[in-house]
Amino acid sequence: MSVRIQEADFDTAAEIAAMRRGNPKIGAIASFIGVVRDINDGDAVSMMTLEHYPGMTERSIGAIIDQARGRWEVLDALVIHRVGTLKPTDQIVLVVVACSHRGDAFAACEFIMDYLKTQAPFWKKEVTPQGARWVDARASDDEAAGRWRN
Amino acid sequence: MSGATVTLLYFARLRESLGLAREEMLLPAGVQTLQVLRAHLAARGGAWAEEMAPARKLRAAVNQTLAQGDAPLKAGDEVAFFPPVTGG
Repeated sequence: MSVRIQEADFDTAAEIAAMRRGNPKIGAIASFIGVVRDINDGDAVSMMTLEHYPGMTERSIGAIIDQARGRWEVLDALVIHRVGTLKPTDQIVLVVVACSHRGDAFAACEFIMDYLKTQAPFWKKEVTPQGARWVDARASDDEAAGRWRN
Repeated sequence: MSGATVTLLYFARLRESLGLAREEMLLPAGVQTLQVLRAHLAARGGAWAEEMAPARKLRAAVNQTLAQGDAPLKAGDEVAFFPPVTGG
């Protein structure tokens, strides 16, 4: 299980290969990649900066992975989240979950991402033709995380 | 608990509008929970009153864990205030 917060880009294939290496129990790997779009709330986005709360970020994502491990049979999990300045088409976040079977892998990957969106302390500030603005949290993200509370 | 010093952190929009990222504060007598601290900060007026207003959607963490308003505060705590998160 691993959590990395970094400015640098990531190589999904290399990360998955590293996770698979020497672990013959793995039968399914699900991954999610979040990418910067060039539009948000109807405005063109030319750039964004991601701020976070060092320490709490790693701790909160670690806790989310622990919750996922309590619900599904997770053999390994990796979350990489970028911070700093990003532009459209840049990768922002990678979640990789390795399990014995696909059902657990798909569910745990989606769960980690839904919780990361609503609990991990990151904030986006985007640059549009109207100037720079802090991105507002979305109610739909709260609803997505709420689906898992049962 | 009076006489207790805590570290306060502000992030993102809050940090910008308050013009402050971090401060040490000696908790005044009677400021024993997160929600009372928030009201105490709002009483500074100006941007503080605006950002800490009860109607404002605000999140807080005590010692790097999300916390509710009734969370108790003690000496040495790291208390952070920030807007709802927007990562991912």
